[in-house]
Formats: sequence, C-alpha cells, structure tokens
Amino acid sequence: MPPTHTPRRVRPATDVARSATLAALTAGTRRGRATSTAFLGVMLVGLSFALVGLLALIVFMFAEGGGRLSLTLLTEGPSTINPGGAGYRPAILGTLWVISGVIMLIVPLGVGSAIYLERYARKDRWWNRLIELNIQNLAGVPSIVFGILGLAFVARGPLGLGFVAIAGSITVAMLVLPTVILAAREALKAVPPSISDGAIALGATQWQTTRRQVLPIALPGILTGVILAVARAIGEAAPLLLVGAVNFITFDPSFTSRYTTLPVLIYNYSTRPQDEFRVLAAAGVIIMLVLVLAMNSVAVWLRNHFETKYREH
Amino acid sequence: MTRGNDEPGAGVATRRPLVPSRPRYGETVIRGLLFSCAALSVVITAGIVLSMIGPTISFLGQVPIGEFLTGTTWAPSFATPSFGVLPIVVGTGIILVVSLTVAVPVGLLSAIYLSEYASPRVRRVIKPALEVLEGIPTVAIGLFAFWFLHPLIKNLFPFLGDWRSPFSVGVAGVAVGLLIVPLVASVADDAMKAVPRSLREGAYALGSGKLAVSLRVVFPAAISGIVASIVLAGSRAVGETMVVLIAAGAGNPRLSFDLTEGVQTMTAYIAGRATGDIPVGTLAYDTLFAVGTLLFTATLILNTIAIRFVRRFRELYD
Repeated sequence: MPPTHTPRRVRPATDVARSATLAALTAGTRRGRATSTAFLGVMLVGLSFALVGLLALIVFMFAEGGGRLSLTLLTEGPSTINPGGAGYRPAILGTLWVISGVIMLIVPLGVGSAIYLERYARKDRWWNRLIELNIQNLAGVPSIVFGILGLAFVARGPLGLGFVAIAGSITVAMLVLPTVILAAREALKAVPPSISDGAIALGATQWQTTRRQVLPIALPGILTGVILAVARAIGEAAPLLLVGAVNFITFDPSFTSRYTTLPVLIYNYSTRPQDEFRVLAAAGVIIMLVLVLAMNSVAVWLRNHFETKYREH
Repeated sequence: MTRGNDEPGAGVATRRPLVPSRPRYGETVIRGLLFSCAALSVVITAGIVLSMIGPTISFLGQVPIGEFLTGTTWAPSFATPSFGVLPIVVGTGIILVVSLTVAVPVGLLSAIYLSEYASPRVRRVIKPALEVLEGIPTVAIGLFAFWFLHPLIKNLFPFLGDWRSPFSVGVAGVAVGLLIVPLVASVADDAMKAVPRSLREGAYALGSGKLAVSLRVVFPAAISGIVASIVLAGSRAVGETMVVLIAAGAGNPRLSFDLTEGVQTMTAYIAGRATGDIPVGTLAYDTLFAVGTLLFTATLILNTIAIRFVRRFRELYD
C-alpha cells in the first residue's frame, strides 16, 4: 500500500534538506571544519580500538606461550604431573575427528538446503517461508543451547550415541549449519540470472542447470562459507563441554571413543593454578590461532580472487 | 525442431506444449532430497524445543514458577537448594550492558568510517581484519581478558571497586564487547552501503559536507539496519559462554552489581554445571534445561526483533 510507505520515504528526504541547510550555515567556517576533523579522529579511535585489541591478543599470546612452542607440544599427551613435557596430541586428533565429521555433515546438508531455497522453493508457499525464517533464527541461537540439544538428543535420548567424538561432530554441525546455508545462498544468489535463464531456455532441466551452470560459478563462494564455518567450528568449546569433551584423555581418540578437543583442553589447562599450565594453555592458543587465521586467510583470498575475476566479464 | 510424424506444410505451425517430453523421476527425487535438507533445520529447532520442554515442565513441577523467576538466591546444588534465577539473569544483564557500551560506539564509528570515508584499498584491509577478529575462538578471547585485560583495567580504573577477585564481570563484559564489535560493524556497514547513492548525491548537490551526509542522511536512512546490528550483537552477548566462564568465573552466584567482582551468568551456569556426568531425571538435570529454556527464549525474542528490523530495511531499499 503506497500511503503507508510514503512517510518512510519522506524522512530521508527531509533529512537531506535539513542537513543541506545546516551545511550551508556551517560549511567553510572554521568550526565546521574543526567538527569534521574531530569526527574523523573519533572514528579512527573507534576503529583502532578493535584492531588494537586484535593485535594485542595475538602479541600477548605469543609473548606468553611462544617460548613453549616445539614439536613435543603436538606429539605429547596431557599430563597433570609434568606440565613442562605435556602437549596437545589427543586434543589435536580429537579436533581432527570432530571436524571431519562436521565437514561431512555440513557440506551436503548446507549446500543442499541452499540450492533448494535459492533454485527450487516457491516464495509464496508457507512452508518455504517457515524454513527461511527458521534458518535466520537458528543462526542466532547461542552455542550452549546446541550443547543442551546435543546432551538431550545426541549423546543421550533418541540417538544415544554416548559422549563420543561423533556426538560432538553432530552437535557442532547443527550449530554451524545455518551459517553455511546463509553463505551458500549468497553465493548462489550472486550468479547472474542470465546464465540459468539461458540454460533453462535451451531445454535443460532445473537440476541440470543448477548442477552444470550455477554450481560451478558459485563454488568459490560456497567454499569460502564452508571454510569460515569450519574455522568457527574448530574454536567452538561451549557446546562440546556438554557432550563429553571435558574428559582428560591420554590415548589417541577416534570417532567412536571418548574425546577432547583443542579449545576444550586449552580451557582445561588454564583452570589449573600452576604457572606451567598457563604457559601451556597460551601455547595451545597459538596453535589454535595459527590454524584459524590460516583458514580465514584462505577464505578471504578465495573470495577476493574470485570476485575480481568475476567482474572482468 | 520437427518430428517425423508431424505433417509438413500443413500451413499452421504445430506448437509443442511446454511440458517435458517424458516424465523425469530423477528431478523429482532430487527436489525431494534437497527439500529434506532444508527441512532438517526445522527439525533441529523442533529438537531444541522438544529437548527443553520435558525437563522444564518437570522442573516447574518441583519449583514454583514464581519462586524461580523472582527468587534472589541461586544455590541449586546446595544441601538446602534455592532456585531464584535472578542473580544469574542479572549477571547476564550486566554482561549485556557493558559489552554493548563498548561495542555500539566502536562498532558504529567503524561502520561509518568503512562505509562513508574509507577508500576501497583501506576497506580491503580493514574488512578482513574485522572478520579475523570475529573468527578468533572465544576461549582465546576469554584467556586474553583473564590474563591481560583484567590487570590492565584494574590499574586504569582502580576506583571502580576493590578488585579482590581474579574474576571481574566488567572485564568479561569488555571482552565480550570486543568480540561483538565486528558483528555491529559489518551489519551496520552493510545497511549504510545499501542506502541509495541518490540520497547522498542529493545532499552533496545541496551543499552538504561529508560529515553532514554521513550523520544526517545516511545514518538515519539506515537506522533499521543499524538497530538490527545492535540487537543481533546483544543476542550474541547474552549467549556468549566461554569468555564469561573464564573471565567472570562460574562460581558464587550473588545478586551484585559490582563490576569488579566475579559473577555467574545463565550460560556460565549451564557450561559449568553440565561438565560432570549429571544423571538424567534428577532436579539438577532439570534445572539445567529450565535455565536453557530461559536463555533460548531471551535470544529468540532478540533475534525475532532483529529479523523484523532487517526485513523492514530491505523493503525500503531493495
């Protein structure tokens, strides 16, 4: 209904007029210029707060745990008696198991959902709108709530898998699934409609069009989304606390054994009073940061590379 | 394309109907599979609700809802337990207020700079840096707050309290604020980027400066998206677990507004309590889910508000 929309459209317009009047009165004056400069300064201070925080975190962790970096950190198991020689071996293996499970779950499910919503779903059907709204909402549900779901339905209850690595995989996969779906949808949306229209017009079916024309173009974007989701999954600790990752594991875990993961063991070490454990935890944070930052860089590189290549056409 | 059995030269062009020449069962199967992938997310939500309803009802059967929601003593594992949830709700509230106090100005200033002032080259450096900050594992941010920010803030603001405890809800709030800055910045930046160029150009044409265009034209025009960014960040702060668990401590839930003291939040209670093997069906197990229900409801309300604001914004400019 146009009448209800008009007032909203008017507001920016009146703002333009008001600002112009104000500008005519203040522009060029010394005070106007001083305000502009001051505001620029305030903005840069705000921006640098976040960037300095990030930098301080990285520098601090390296200063704290950098001296402890060595191969034994990766190859040795945890020890409560000898923190000087302890390492993260079971936690790194546990993280690998959990994450490989997460990847196997989120790639087909996330991409499948995105393809359905972007290429198949009719927006006027209530169930499709329900799915969309639901995914948006699910993306904002706290991670610890997925831990509760994992505890009640995956580790115990209907699935009853017990407190094993695969239960952690399912729990974390449910947590990052909405992020993957939203990212994959964006990637599919960015494919020019002319390409799929052309394929459909030549008689290709919806699946042929999606599989051979749309998906290859959207692939880098989808991959970016998956990598970012996996990077987030690696650092996720809260939901895993509820599905068994707090165990103090000294053996090499597998899919169906008890397990722990890197961030959970870091947390575990950090709660111990001795200084050696503090250094050990900081060194663990460095391993985790290197892993996560490397994945983020790959994702950013992929997106930039793809975006520039795509615009040339 | 003509077929052999078409009559050639009949004068009238025979038109094939626009239906597939043969039924394609594979297409239907694929469509069904893709639909079930998408429908799984609804199953997950249903799972969350179902997993919480049973234990929550069982909990409310043993603890009156009035006592739960208005009680001021939270001691569920004591010999004489008390189930007043207010202390941990207040704890979550303090984290929310402190983190937004940090993240809203920082995030919005960054967003205005990125959207209106930064050159494309600067943007290409800062945007990924903010994304990296968003991707830092929360355990790392929690330890950073506990080991580095706590002594720093203690020395800078000794007058805030007596700083007796190694834990501090104020420090945890600042760390959560740092964590949600990228969220505020990126959502608000997207909203301001989406404001049509014509509005900016109109203002410039009338003689406005950059400051006036940014603050009095673009900012108000993008206000729905900006509100959404703040609400989303608030929801994230309410649900944040590890930072709060590490930097604010999980013990000693007291109804206190002292920023220099440790405090328990809803998330920290769940994470701290559930790490042991709690037997199913006990009051301790049910309590966990009752607090979970409260947390889930709070974030659901915030997310719904945010989604509504985003939608209003899209209607306006898309």
